[in-house]
Amino acid sequence: MTMAHPTPPPPRQGGLALRLIGVVPPVLMQPALGRIVRRIAALHPSIFQRLGDCRSATFVIEPRDMGFALVLRPDPANPQLRAVKRDAIPDHRARISGDFLTLLALVDAGADGDALFFSRDLTVSGDTEAVVRLRNALDDVEGSIAGDAAALFGPPGQFLLSRLRDAAANVTPKEGPHAI
Amino acid sequence: MTQTRPARAALTLGPIAYHWSPRIRRDFYARIADEAPIDAVYVGEVVCSKRAPFVEDALPEVVERLRRGGKRVIHSSLAEVMLPRERKATAALVAEDALEVEINNAAGLLGADGRRHRIGPFMNVYNAETLDELVRRGAEHVCLPVEMRAPSIALMAARGQQIGVGIEVQVFGRAPLATSARCYHARAHGRTKDNCRFLCEKDRDGMPLTTRDGSPFLRVNGIQTLSETYVALGDEVAALQAMGVSHLRLMPELVDMVAVARLFDGLRCGTMAPDEATARLAELSARTPLSNGFYHGKPGHRHLVAQA
Amino acid sequence: MPFDEPAIAELVCPAGTPAALRTAVDAGADAVYCGFQNETNARNFPGLNFTPEELEASVAYAHDRGAKVLLALNTYPPAGRFALWRDAADTGARLGVDAFIVADIGVAAHIARAHPGKRLHLSVQAAASSPEAIRYYCNEFGVRRVVLPRILTIPEIRKIKREIPCEIETFIFGNHGLMVEGRCSLTNYATGCSTNMDGVCSPAADVEYAREEDGSLSTRLGAFTIDRFGPGDTAGYPTICKGRYLAPARPEGYYAFEEPVSLNLSQLLPELIDAGVNAFKIEGRQRSRSYIRTVVSTFRDAVDDIRAGVLPDMADLLALTEGQKQTQGAFETKKWR
Repeated sequence: MTMAHPTPPPPRQGGLALRLIGVVPPVLMQPALGRIVRRIAALHPSIFQRLGDCRSATFVIEPRDMGFALVLRPDPANPQLRAVKRDAIPDHRARISGDFLTLLALVDAGADGDALFFSRDLTVSGDTEAVVRLRNALDDVEGSIAGDAAALFGPPGQFLLSRLRDAAANVTPKEGPHAI
Repeated sequence: MTQTRPARAALTLGPIAYHWSPRIRRDFYARIADEAPIDAVYVGEVVCSKRAPFVEDALPEVVERLRRGGKRVIHSSLAEVMLPRERKATAALVAEDALEVEINNAAGLLGADGRRHRIGPFMNVYNAETLDELVRRGAEHVCLPVEMRAPSIALMAARGQQIGVGIEVQVFGRAPLATSARCYHARAHGRTKDNCRFLCEKDRDGMPLTTRDGSPFLRVNGIQTLSETYVALGDEVAALQAMGVSHLRLMPELVDMVAVARLFDGLRCGTMAPDEATARLAELSARTPLSNGFYHGKPGHRHLVAQA
Repeated sequence: MPFDEPAIAELVCPAGTPAALRTAVDAGADAVYCGFQNETNARNFPGLNFTPEELEASVAYAHDRGAKVLLALNTYPPAGRFALWRDAADTGARLGVDAFIVADIGVAAHIARAHPGKRLHLSVQAAASSPEAIRYYCNEFGVRRVVLPRILTIPEIRKIKREIPCEIETFIFGNHGLMVEGRCSLTNYATGCSTNMDGVCSPAADVEYAREEDGSLSTRLGAFTIDRFGPGDTAGYPTICKGRYLAPARPEGYYAFEEPVSLNLSQLLPELIDAGVNAFKIEGRQRSRSYIRTVVSTFRDAVDDIRAGVLPDMADLLALTEGQKQTQGAFETKKWR
């Protein structure tokens, strides 16, 4: 390590899980992501009613601390979720950016999108209405979307999610105590 | 088959929104009384109860002058009623049998029951059901909210004709966009409403607010927020008269209001072409842009040019 | 008609979706307010609100657990569109909602005539801020509760209470509107969508966040830049009344109307009850379930403590507030004005 690098964050619970996700090449994620989005669509068909005309929109979900971005197309007939390299992001209607754990907290029913926006932990670009629609549609899903996704992969999936939740719980907020 | 020409609408002058001094008010209304082709004038302080004593100071002389000039005078009540002095002023005004009153806050409705009165643009009369309800209790004239769109104005005008109630639409002047309990004039100078020192009197044209990238946007007028643009429904006068709108309202601005009144007089009489009137209005308004977006269901600040 | 007992410290909570409604009820809401998926309510946001079927199931869920459902019909129908509000009221009555929250005189008159047994609450959007205005609505339409504008001090609320024949509801937490509600056309001026007629303030479709070359973030509403944030600044709702502008006396740019702060009256609850407030309202039908869960359960505990004579210990709600700042607004002091 050289002086030019920032001080590494203190080791934390789940940090390994986080780093693991960061190094998986996008191509290896595709089958799992495809299964996740089809599963969520099958479990929660009411999402699509709330999405309205955004069902054919392309959303980019960008974990700023990872080497990849997720591309979501919530088409009920053919829902798609895939990972792309950060330098190969396709045309899209809207983009949501934040740290991986912040984004995870959003789909784990643990975080309030407005509060994360106020603190600038989350940024939005492109069609703001599409983002609001997606956020509201996902928020009407009871339980945790992240939990549903993890359950698909049995005990390993649930273990990974629990480690990530630990990591999220240990994140120090930018300012002020978070009640969430 | 003969086609009936729509009735010619009356031209009115709304209450002065800004804090103009008694001297300026007297001079302004003297010229209106003598020269402007205006049928009725609304007087009184509508925005801020703290200004009311100054306005009332000049009022008897102004009313007398306007009446002598052949104008019908209507007294407008406060848009915001919360403090004891505001409640008292509103109750006293609506109880005054000798005056014709325009009510701008529901507080005035309580005491107006059964008495003849007008309803001002701050009262949110958006539909015929509300109109009927107010008419049942003595309203005989309503000025619609400035943000109403043409199709709804047409329906309100039709209902007004049906039940014999005057329907008025603002056709000139800054749009009143919002009121607040807080004084933004005072706030800009690090003060509060209670110790405002009448800073607003210095801004006879309101206090301009510009966006951080330099676009003129809004005008602060004490607790009121106005549009930067002047609403100007010159091209729309013929359509408004055809709908059955009975009164066209001009709001006092820092322009030659006699000239503005003459333009709208020409428009309502059909003696002036709309494109010529709009060009003259733009000239008179100098640096202030015109707008008619609300009427056309577009962003209010926009100005849509009529298709030839 | 027998009048039921006036409410004591009823906790009225927001629900933007059926899941949020269940969350609010489970977290201890005495009543939940919500609206249909159209312009009949003032949170007509994309992807939010209830279908009639969802409302029916939600009323059943709430009633099974002793909570009430209040239907917000708190916008102003423009002529030609009134049937939408009338149908919404009739649907709500059929589905057994416990009260209607209304602002428009025509809508109030319809409900008072067509559904005489139903409770009417006067929305904050009606801007009734004096005993005379409130009494007008009580006399004419039998209004049973007024939601007071957020511009009154506690002594003023106490005085109003003595002069009106209905219950009082006040906002205690959430987005803090600056303009007199129901009298604001700022959004329509910038976007062509009306808060009063279309039920939207700063519609998301007209909000754009643009990254500037210097790393700052510009918020645009329609054609206007309503604010610009430095990289470290916290943000607020992208509404005109929370933006920064230049004035002749403030060439550096300033919050001309209000800073991005949220209302938090948790410290004033006992005083509000003492002043005669019957119900406490939490703002935020557009907020997430996690917000609902945190805020509702925190205030549930607080109200229960106060009822038991204990001073409430409020959890820190700061992170859920706008710009991560909170205010007691006009309630504490009229200097706020």
